[in-house]
Amino acid sequence: MTRKLAFLIGLVAIAFGLSLIAGKAWVPPSAWFSPDPRFAIIVELRLPRAILGLAIGAVLGLAGAVLQGYLRNPLADPAVVGVSSSAALGAVAAIVLGIAANPLVLFACAMAAAAGSMALLAGLTWRSPSPVQFILAGTVLASLAGALTAFLISVAPNPYAVAEVIDWLMGALTDRSLDDVRTALPFMGLGAILLFLTGPSLNALTLGEEAARSLGVRLGLLQALVVLGTGLTIGASVAVTGVVGFVGLVVPHLLRPFFGHRPSALLLPSALGGAALVLTADSLCRLAPGAGEVRLGVAMALIGAPFFLTLLLKGRTAWS
Amino acid sequence: MELTVQGVDITLSGRRVLHDVSAVLRPGRITAILGPNGAGKSTLIKAAAALIVPTQGVIRLGDRSVTALEPRERARTIGYLPQDASVHWNVVASVIVALGRVPHRSPFAGPSGHDRDAVAQAMVATETTHLTDRPVNELSGGERARVLLARVLAGEPDWLLADEPLASLDPAHQLDILDRLQQVARGGAGVAIVLHDLLHAGRVADDVLLLKAGRVLASGDAATVLTQENLRAAFEIEVSIERDARGRLVCVPIGRAA
Repeated sequence: MTRKLAFLIGLVAIAFGLSLIAGKAWVPPSAWFSPDPRFAIIVELRLPRAILGLAIGAVLGLAGAVLQGYLRNPLADPAVVGVSSSAALGAVAAIVLGIAANPLVLFACAMAAAAGSMALLAGLTWRSPSPVQFILAGTVLASLAGALTAFLISVAPNPYAVAEVIDWLMGALTDRSLDDVRTALPFMGLGAILLFLTGPSLNALTLGEEAARSLGVRLGLLQALVVLGTGLTIGASVAVTGVVGFVGLVVPHLLRPFFGHRPSALLLPSALGGAALVLTADSLCRLAPGAGEVRLGVAMALIGAPFFLTLLLKGRTAWS
Repeated sequence: MELTVQGVDITLSGRRVLHDVSAVLRPGRITAILGPNGAGKSTLIKAAAALIVPTQGVIRLGDRSVTALEPRERARTIGYLPQDASVHWNVVASVIVALGRVPHRSPFAGPSGHDRDAVAQAMVATETTHLTDRPVNELSGGERARVLLARVLAGEPDWLLADEPLASLDPAHQLDILDRLQQVARGGAGVAIVLHDLLHAGRVADDVLLLKAGRVLASGDAATVLTQENLRAAFEIEVSIERDARGRLVCVPIGRAA
């Protein structure tokens, strides 16, 4: 267990290092400590990007593991509760309304929309805090947010705004600054703490809701932790990078054979695995040939879907 | 401590499931809760486990209402074995049994020596020690039922409430589980089980609570409740009642009442 965790930490460290070095302009470690102009690339561009990649990957993996545990379903991920699409809706609204020039405004709009959808979700399910209600309400919110986003795009005042929206929706870590890091990190950190607190209750839920309640688990409190934790982490992550899918779904799935199925035992590994995956994918995005960059969200889906399919065909997935 | 059901009414989604149910369940004995389908047996046992709050009336453990107990404290005192035997993740058996210690442990501390002992003892009592590292999906129905019972026993509850613990088990495993429950009761804990099989009820029950259509038809000592008249009234069947060589009641359904 400890060795497997150490291995994952090693992977994250390597992926973080790679993320600093790799890109259209390679910056070898020797340049970091000498007066080399390329050092600016590291501090101004690569460092914030690597930190954000690390944080976003970690919260996506963690939220995925928590939601799979809470819903007792290996297909759950942050997208099913509607928080990613709601945060995206907030950001899209800011872009379409033309108030997104200031990144803080865009961030605030995305977070506000995420918070609003989480409040709705909590309101729809507080009477009977059960995972089934939760997934139904979440699915409805996700499709509503998706529909509203499409509506906003269709009424966008000019093609430029549409292009910007689509660009943003695809999710990317390009051109992020340390300011973005400073804005998003506190929300992600707080949310991650809340998500980690769910571990013991998620374990008890393995036996079903009634058995969990009979073991002293307060389902209402658990749901509040899941809602707030997911809202803060995923809201903040979508607010700075757009929608990056697949991480929350795939990472816990990949790690289950190595760390066992106990939900709490998967939380930390999923955070580390998510970080390693997003950092690596983002480095590969930068290395892809061509003038521009492949978008992280697109790359994730392009790599993730066939990979997941292969796992399914090989029957190596841990369904139950 | 006695578990006292006092004038309990329960209405679930507009349907009145229990009407003015009163009974006293005594520790150190097995109380079988019997009745036809839809009589409210599961509802009553869930209410006793504080999973359902009575619309009226109260269920007391000693002198405190079970719904007023702090959830973790209640979980340490009342163990509940649900009818639903599903386990949602393919964890190993010892992980399942260790969940019984959840209400005893502070959430982020490791298991104490006593936690480990309780888990080991529960697995010995249910003869599941050899299954420790087996994933639940590889267990047979009988093994799984014993592991789930071990989970409840590991919590060392004063009261064990089991909802149809014998469903989907073969006769040998049914007898195994009943023997374990009897040991638990002999050890001083209270045991209340929802049963469907009159043979089993006659075999193990010290007390019987007979429900029909949400009302108590009869309750008390097994021999006084398990009579031809009561069972005809409850199930609309004719029953032959004898005693075996060890003096246990043998209730055999003969046919439907005319």
